[in-house]
Amino acid sequence: MTLDALAFGRSARVCAVRGEDEISLRLMEMGLTPGVEVQLVGAAPLGDPLELIVRGYRLSVRRVEAARVEVEPL
Amino acid sequence: MDVTTRQLTVALVGNPNTGKSTLFTALAGVRQRVGNYPGVTVEKKLGRMECLGRRFRLVDLPGTYSLAPRSPDEMVAVDVLLGRVPDLSAPDAVLCIVDASNLERNLYLVSQVLELGLPTVVVLNMIDLARQRGLTIDAARLSERLGVPVVEVQANRRIGIERVREALVRVVQGTVEPRGSPFPPAFVREVSWLEQQLASANGASWPRYLVERLLLDTSGYLQRHFRGALPAECEAWLAQARQRLQGEGCGVPAVEAVARYGWVGRVLDGTVTRTAQAGTPLTDRIDHWLTHRVIGTLFLVVVMILVFQAVFTVAEVPMQWVDAGVGWLGGLVEEAMPAGALRSLLVQGVIGGVGAVVVFVPQIMMLFFFLAILEDCGYLARAAYLMDKLMVRVGLSGKSFIPLLSSFACAIPGIMAARVIENRRDRLTTILVAPLMSCSARLPLYVVLIEAFVPKRAWLGNLLQLQVLVFVGLYALGIVVAAGVALVLKRTLLRGPTPPFVMELPSYKWPSAAIVLQRMVERAWAFVRRAGTLILAVSILVWAALYYPRDEAAVQAALEAQRAQVRARLAAVASGSTEAVDLAEQLAELESPEAVEGEFRRQSLLGRAGRWIEPVVRPLGWDWRVGCAVIASFPAREVVVATMGVLYNVGEQLDVEEGSDRLRLQRALRVARWQQDDRPVFTLPMSLGLLVFFALCAQCASTLIIIRRETQSWGWPLFTFGYMTALAYLGAWMTYRVALGFGL
Repeated sequence: MTLDALAFGRSARVCAVRGEDEISLRLMEMGLTPGVEVQLVGAAPLGDPLELIVRGYRLSVRRVEAARVEVEPL
Repeated sequence: MDVTTRQLTVALVGNPNTGKSTLFTALAGVRQRVGNYPGVTVEKKLGRMECLGRRFRLVDLPGTYSLAPRSPDEMVAVDVLLGRVPDLSAPDAVLCIVDASNLERNLYLVSQVLELGLPTVVVLNMIDLARQRGLTIDAARLSERLGVPVVEVQANRRIGIERVREALVRVVQGTVEPRGSPFPPAFVREVSWLEQQLASANGASWPRYLVERLLLDTSGYLQRHFRGALPAECEAWLAQARQRLQGEGCGVPAVEAVARYGWVGRVLDGTVTRTAQAGTPLTDRIDHWLTHRVIGTLFLVVVMILVFQAVFTVAEVPMQWVDAGVGWLGGLVEEAMPAGALRSLLVQGVIGGVGAVVVFVPQIMMLFFFLAILEDCGYLARAAYLMDKLMVRVGLSGKSFIPLLSSFACAIPGIMAARVIENRRDRLTTILVAPLMSCSARLPLYVVLIEAFVPKRAWLGNLLQLQVLVFVGLYALGIVVAAGVALVLKRTLLRGPTPPFVMELPSYKWPSAAIVLQRMVERAWAFVRRAGTLILAVSILVWAALYYPRDEAAVQAALEAQRAQVRARLAAVASGSTEAVDLAEQLAELESPEAVEGEFRRQSLLGRAGRWIEPVVRPLGWDWRVGCAVIASFPAREVVVATMGVLYNVGEQLDVEEGSDRLRLQRALRVARWQQDDRPVFTLPMSLGLLVFFALCAQCASTLIIIRRETQSWGWPLFTFGYMTALAYLGAWMTYRVALGFGL
């Protein structure tokens, strides 16, 4: 499944980040690399973007960006 | 020159939100030189410091998460570090600041910095925050693993700053030990191969870091950037190398993040220990509420209302002081000097012109005071997060929200606040539509025209007032047009892929007073220095156009002709009638000194230009005096009220905030007639059109000059002026026609 489909409050392990463009590169630079654990904290009031906790800090990504991240729920 | 006497250059790098500016100020003091790198919109900040007899020049690089340039702005940091910037020598050392409470992600940048092979000091900031979170960092072990000195500091409390200086002196004296690459051997091999290919092709040696970046940069930005310098075969070499790497299981570009975070994991293993902490950290608890669906949104609304109340009301007081000061100075000069061109130039051109600039300073300082607090405590990122979805609808991102909102107070600080937007196209779009937000300078004209010409009608028991509706409508018009223009710009001139909204939500912390004050003063000074000189020139030009040729005889003759006309009409009506009283008043006004001044303006170059362009503005229902006032308001739109006052014989000192004077101008506008057929000039349709014109026009030289400063080109301010004037004209014409059609 992809990161945007994860339930709020749940954690997952990243399997892969699809794509080679700027967005995918930025996602990986910010720490979303295969094997890392990520928690989906919640979403902004209008439903987008999402708030994550990864590598001990809070990161905001849009749903379309999170959809590039394949995860395995924990 | 010898290392012991030469001034050494030190580059300061770090992620955003790590306290980099605080450290810079702590090291170099407040005497900083701020400029721009040529061709980009990146701020160049230089400072000086001394330690153990060594002089250092400190270069503050923009905060970044990674040294992987994909745009000209990101290229600047790499160019500085590799010594490729013309008037800046290659750094002798690098100071890399990291957030101790967020080491894992911060070390990603450190791993790139270490590959540059320069003497490096890692500064571990915010150790107090890390301790609060139950993190214990073994700095000695970290230093050993990184192979560079690690200094623990609390930059906001100036703790450990001296140790940073000492560590810098030590590293520049020592030698750099070769460090192992974080990349897998196959990748290191390919970089070496590419390095050799490039060297054999044209003999030029490329920095190894750039060769590595070239291999990793799949966006093609670097290849385009070095177009002329790279051999033609480079494209093929890159493709071959990448294909080989793909086969070995370390495909580009993913290999970089995987390799570097793998390295970070090895460095941190056993260096950081996490002790269980009591309860949820404060940041998490605060964040739970501040990003809450209902409470978070309400909080944002309240914060924004408070900030704007403060900008409007608190800034109002110093603005009045500035205004009064300018008036007092003008009066002083007026008394001390004999009447004449020089006095008029000094009072109206110089003092008035500079006053029009300085009067913005309290608002700029106020807004940046609050924005710096919000930014430093970590809330600004949350505001962007909360508003992103809304801004995406007009093709922008949440980061444009604050700059655009700020523009309701004044477009100048709004445009300056757009610097937080990293993406060039988004930043430009934000800057170009920011002047459409109804700023406070539009208020005087809105007030004068709405009160005088929009009928006092109300529905639903005073709940819906027509005048208020028009007022709100003008604000809404600015927003709707800005949204439309942003959409069009993002699909045409500034089209490009949607930039990512992958943004850190930093931990909350107390804002640092030093940083807040410094940012406030810095922004105000930047405005006064850059905008002041040019605005002065523009004001003097407009002054001259309104002053010359000043032909006394022609003015007296024209006035006498008008007086004769009124006298003739007065003789024809019954004495004592209301019309006779009106005419007598008109005659008295024609004999006042204001009338003489007004006639001078009418016969000035600008007055003549106004009459000359009358055919252009007549479709809007304007007479030449309105056209003339609009041209004269180019330096600052609020000037239009005073200019109309002069042209309609009300006198120069016109304060719309005061009851009696305000009525005088409104009465003067109401009795203004077309010279040809005696129809009133100011009708409801015409006034509505004029209001729409001022809601959309770019009559503010300060804004245009700030756009020039922020975009580093004259093209964008010209474009802004062009499109806004066109929209304003079209909007005014449509409003006038539609209102006439409805029989208003």
